[in-house]
Amino acid sequence: MAYVAVKGGERAIEHAHAWLAEERRGDPALPELTVAQVEQQMSLAVDRVMAEGACFDRGLAALAVKQARGDLIEAAFLLRAYRTTLPRFGASMPLDTGAMRVRRRISATYKDLPGGQVLGPTFDYTHRLLDFALAAEGEPPPPAPESPAEAAAMPRVTGILAQEGLMAAEPHSEAEPGDLTREPLAFPADRPLRLQALARGDEGFLLGLGYSTQRGYGNAHPFVGEIRLGEVAVEIVPPELGFAIEIGDLTVTECQMVNQFAGSRTEPPQFTRGYGLVFGHGERKAMAMSLVDRALRAAELGEDAEAPAQSQEFVLYHCDNVEATGFVEHLKLPHYVDFQSELEKLRQLRATAMQEAAE
Amino acid sequence: MSTATGYNFAYLDEDTKRMIRRAILKAVAIPGHQVPFGSREMPLPYGWGTGGIQVTASIIGPQDRLKVIDQGADDTTNAVSIRRFFARVAGVPTTERTSEASIIQTRHRIPETPLREGQILVYQVPMPEPLFRLEPRVAETKRLHAMADYGLMHVRLYEDIARHGHIAISYNYPVMVNGRYLMAPSPIPAFDNPKMDRMPALQLFGAGREKRIYAVPPYTAVRSLDFEDHPFEPVRAKAACALCGSRESYLDEVVTDDRGGRMFLCSDTDYCGERQAAVQRDAAE
Repeated sequence: MAYVAVKGGERAIEHAHAWLAEERRGDPALPELTVAQVEQQMSLAVDRVMAEGACFDRGLAALAVKQARGDLIEAAFLLRAYRTTLPRFGASMPLDTGAMRVRRRISATYKDLPGGQVLGPTFDYTHRLLDFALAAEGEPPPPAPESPAEAAAMPRVTGILAQEGLMAAEPHSEAEPGDLTREPLAFPADRPLRLQALARGDEGFLLGLGYSTQRGYGNAHPFVGEIRLGEVAVEIVPPELGFAIEIGDLTVTECQMVNQFAGSRTEPPQFTRGYGLVFGHGERKAMAMSLVDRALRAAELGEDAEAPAQSQEFVLYHCDNVEATGFVEHLKLPHYVDFQSELEKLRQLRATAMQEAAE
Repeated sequence: MSTATGYNFAYLDEDTKRMIRRAILKAVAIPGHQVPFGSREMPLPYGWGTGGIQVTASIIGPQDRLKVIDQGADDTTNAVSIRRFFARVAGVPTTERTSEASIIQTRHRIPETPLREGQILVYQVPMPEPLFRLEPRVAETKRLHAMADYGLMHVRLYEDIARHGHIAISYNYPVMVNGRYLMAPSPIPAFDNPKMDRMPALQLFGAGREKRIYAVPPYTAVRSLDFEDHPFEPVRAKAACALCGSRESYLDEVVTDDRGGRMFLCSDTDYCGERQAAVQRDAAE
């Protein structure tokens, strides 16, 4: 009877999941994708999943991409749900991105600068023409030409500006930053917390918000001071040793956006910084993040804060795609109890309205 | 049932459970007040019961017997999924009988069978803030709660009456808890609201995505907002259950054909099943 069809069942779930597994595998006549292949050849998908999944592990992120059939938000969700079960035995020292082993470093504000411009592996300046040769499996491309690495240090552009007093200094603090995975956000949220939320936030959402600040929703005048991509060492200080030891490397993308600031009663005009840092190679995300970070500083810099990207609650409560996808997709769950009470209420309201119309 | 290897009892680690229990204790001490807590990512999606699951996970023990319902029914897909989750990670016995359960996790309903002392009803809550449609800024609603400034909601209800002649809220109908805090009862039908008032069981509310826990301790006054000349009116379909004949229970409307055919059935499957069994027993005697 109809009743049975309405309610789901244990067997239905099992069968649906079996079907899902079959769909994930695709045509069994074709070789199965290995996790290592995903990790190596879908590396930017893996990077995005690590960033939004807030867990730096290429192998696990690649597994998540495979398991999620390439649905990157689903993959980030898988990684988050794994991450949350991991014991937390300490916090690292702050990363020193100034000491990064740089693979790419560009500045849009200076033609040349100490350490030089390093283009690195980038889609920039490629022509977006489908390469039909890739459709056929062939030999790996010849190795890219190499030149000896420059030994010169690569000072950060924002540091160069700061030397001249043109860049607003960031307040220095030894205080332990909050942790939004342990304490729920409260508003106003301080900048470390905002940056945490943005770092794991959805690339698409932040891209749209960052874009909106360029189109007049928020008063942005940004320049890319510097984008750098490379490996940085992670150090911890084990309590039993009392000094820092290196425990591994992270690949990160850092973007420092230089923005105008008109000055205020207490501050002279100067540049201010928007900051973006993401796991892996994620330039679009790092740039969008730095635009939104700067927009969110409007209130503290005494600027008008009326655009969506300048509203802390709007941005931080809605940038997490695991939260957002869960709540949007929960609308698929049955709501017939509430819908029933809406039906009865609507019938009652309509009866009252019709009666009044008839009188 | 065996528990999943590699995970702690009931999935969450013990430190997390302790943190959640502290939030619950505070919530019980301040009935209706939303307590922020360090909500964890769960292996089920936000909006699908992560708050309720975390509350249940932190209070459940091996001696407990768990019932999970969604839309009043034990066999809805999400209820099945959550019940399986706890069977898998905690290995606790589960039940579909309201009277047998020590913990009942629910989405959108309160069981028809009255709950008793010692039982805990865990609600899954999508939006813990009763004022969010009137004031989306959490920092601002916090201030309104601190000052017990609930004028916004009263004006909203008044406007409904002025426009429609009735209060037009049919579910998630706002309640005043212990005469102090305005509270969202979660999207249960307004029909269920009176069951919250002075309920002998402990009522816990978990909102995972919004990272809030709140509670109504046993025997606490819970009043649905209304006006003297427009008293609160719970709504249910004016029909009897086609299976058990109940005229008191909340009914689901089932469309039986495309010519306007309708059938009404108890939304609470355990209640309905018990009543049918009682009828059969009587007939057999």
